[in-house]
Amino acid sequence: MTSIPGGGDTFSAAPSDTPDLGTAAIRSAPDRQRSKPKSAWRSLLPTMTPWLAVGLGLVAAVLLLGTIAPLFVGDPLAIRDQGLTPPSSEFLLGTTQTGQDVWAQLAHATRSSLQIGVIVGLLATALSCFFGIYGAYRGGFADELFSLLSNVFLVIPGLPLVIVIAGFVPRESRGLWSIALVLALTSWAASARVLRAQTLSVRGRDYVAAARVAGERSWRVIVVEILPNLLPVIASQFVFAIVAAVLAEAGLSFIGLGASNSLTLGTMLFYAQNGFALSLGAWWWFMPPGLVIALLGMGLSLINFSIDEIINPKLKNARLHRKRAQRAEALERQLMRRHRGKTGARASEKEAVR
Amino acid sequence: MSYFLRKVGFYAVALWAALTLNFAIPRLMPGDPVDILLAKLQQRGGAVSPEARAAFAALLGGDTSEPLWSQYVHYLGNLLHGDLGISVSYYPATVTEVIGTSMPWTIMLVGISTILAAGLGVLLGAIVGWKPGSWLDSLVPATTLLSAVPYFWLALLLVYVLSTLLGWFPVQGGYDVALTPGWNGEFIGSAIRYGFLPALTIVLASIGGWLLGMRNMMVSTLSEDYVLTAQAKGLKPRTILRSYAARNAMLPSVAGFAISLGFVVSGSVITEQVFSYPGIGSRLLGAVSNNDFALMQGVFLYITLAVLGANLVVDLLYGVIDPRTRARS
Repeated sequence: MTSIPGGGDTFSAAPSDTPDLGTAAIRSAPDRQRSKPKSAWRSLLPTMTPWLAVGLGLVAAVLLLGTIAPLFVGDPLAIRDQGLTPPSSEFLLGTTQTGQDVWAQLAHATRSSLQIGVIVGLLATALSCFFGIYGAYRGGFADELFSLLSNVFLVIPGLPLVIVIAGFVPRESRGLWSIALVLALTSWAASARVLRAQTLSVRGRDYVAAARVAGERSWRVIVVEILPNLLPVIASQFVFAIVAAVLAEAGLSFIGLGASNSLTLGTMLFYAQNGFALSLGAWWWFMPPGLVIALLGMGLSLINFSIDEIINPKLKNARLHRKRAQRAEALERQLMRRHRGKTGARASEKEAVR
Repeated sequence: MSYFLRKVGFYAVALWAALTLNFAIPRLMPGDPVDILLAKLQQRGGAVSPEARAAFAALLGGDTSEPLWSQYVHYLGNLLHGDLGISVSYYPATVTEVIGTSMPWTIMLVGISTILAAGLGVLLGAIVGWKPGSWLDSLVPATTLLSAVPYFWLALLLVYVLSTLLGWFPVQGGYDVALTPGWNGEFIGSAIRYGFLPALTIVLASIGGWLLGMRNMMVSTLSEDYVLTAQAKGLKPRTILRSYAARNAMLPSVAGFAISLGFVVSGSVITEQVFSYPGIGSRLLGAVSNNDFALMQGVFLYITLAVLGANLVVDLLYGVIDPRTRARS
């Protein structure tokens, strides 16, 4: 649940970033050097915070696991006669009941999960952009229809619907793309609603009206005039769509309804649950897949936090206030110490005079 | 008044859309569900009469002699009579009976844990958002870990630690099978003991979203003029927090209930599977693995009905709480 204000705040984030002249003049020389005026593009990018660094690090680690690691591990499906061995130097994360290397499985499963996450993220974002932006831009009947459609899709619970659809598709014809399509079709509605609200507020601005009066085609007005205003929102929604897709796919695979012949993080958990990993105490089998999902989700959400600050500058101001308050407090403490030091010195001088 | 009418109208449209989806899905998908179903029924010793075949065909399609629109009318007519067909996996029970026995379990589980999660999350969010910048507030991003954890994995983890290792809670089931279900203390106690872990899973997994949403709204609300006015009047901080800031910041959380409830229901379906909880989620998944299409569709309809109903109630309440929504429409 992200709170997105009435729109139009997107650009007001920029001025708060550049120091106004008054305070810049008061600042000391080295300070002024540090705060060079930022370019317009820079102010659209999130500010580096410790939490953003953590998020980027987590996502990078998972990406490496999904892209590089599969090249170095052995066959994830090879069966050995060493079943359920705990982690050792030979098998970094131990083995499954049938002696498969959990580490190799994890690397390959992460790759497929990321793949499906990105595919669904792109599809869902495209759908939500179409229904959200185009409908709101056209207005009238199209808007009413599209917004009704997205509201209906929003209230119908997604996963039960996906389960029913997947249940009717025979196992053989359940491929990666059909699963991705079903997941995308059931997950675009919330974003479309937010985009619609934002588009409605941008649509009424003068420069959009000017572009329309100048005879620009509607696709050009949407892409060139409206879309750039919505980019931070769309970026945040894309990130959320990836998290939601990875989670939904894992859930679907966990109940045995995922794409056939695929090895994703959800499939690993499915086999772990059905291989009695819990009652056998094989924590190395069921812990890693969920942890990868959770860490990926956490990393992407932390990145989203920073994007949220661009969308809603009030959140950013809260952080800046905090920083300023801390700096002021530190300064005050320093002054106090210096003051106390001086008075202390004076007191000892007086002692000495006496 | 027109606000309420609009809301009721919208949910009527949503219900109709769900019914139509339910009608269209089996007809659009490859394969012939009716034949699979009848073969199953025969295995279980059920007599395949022409009437049974016609009833399933009305529900799932496959009867090509009848035009689509009359199939549709037939299907809606059956639903109006509450006739959802016969469950194959629980033969000879009807779908309505199977759902009737499992629905209360899910409603109790999801209802109680959602109320707990929402209450706790909003409360914590209000406290954390009240002082943006405190050390507590800087810990908020860590809650994203909780909301990014898959429900079922959290469930597995809790089972492993609290049941397998420590043995505090039963691993699976909804109640002690030695007891007969009824409204007596012993049975209710056992139901609470068995339901604790599933409920804890749902609360832990969904509290982060509530907390975060409330915290962000709280931060936005604090810069409103009426909060400044309240401070200038010299009201106690506690009063401002409770009667000025939190009450207004809560509104989007209430409005966002629709989305969260959908997520929680989806999550609880899979959580029930982990615990073999006797609720509607386990029934749905059992139906899927047994190709019990009639039960599958019935469960989906009931889940949708419950979610739509809960949302309608919340939306109507919202109209009462926030007069602006009524004025706008």
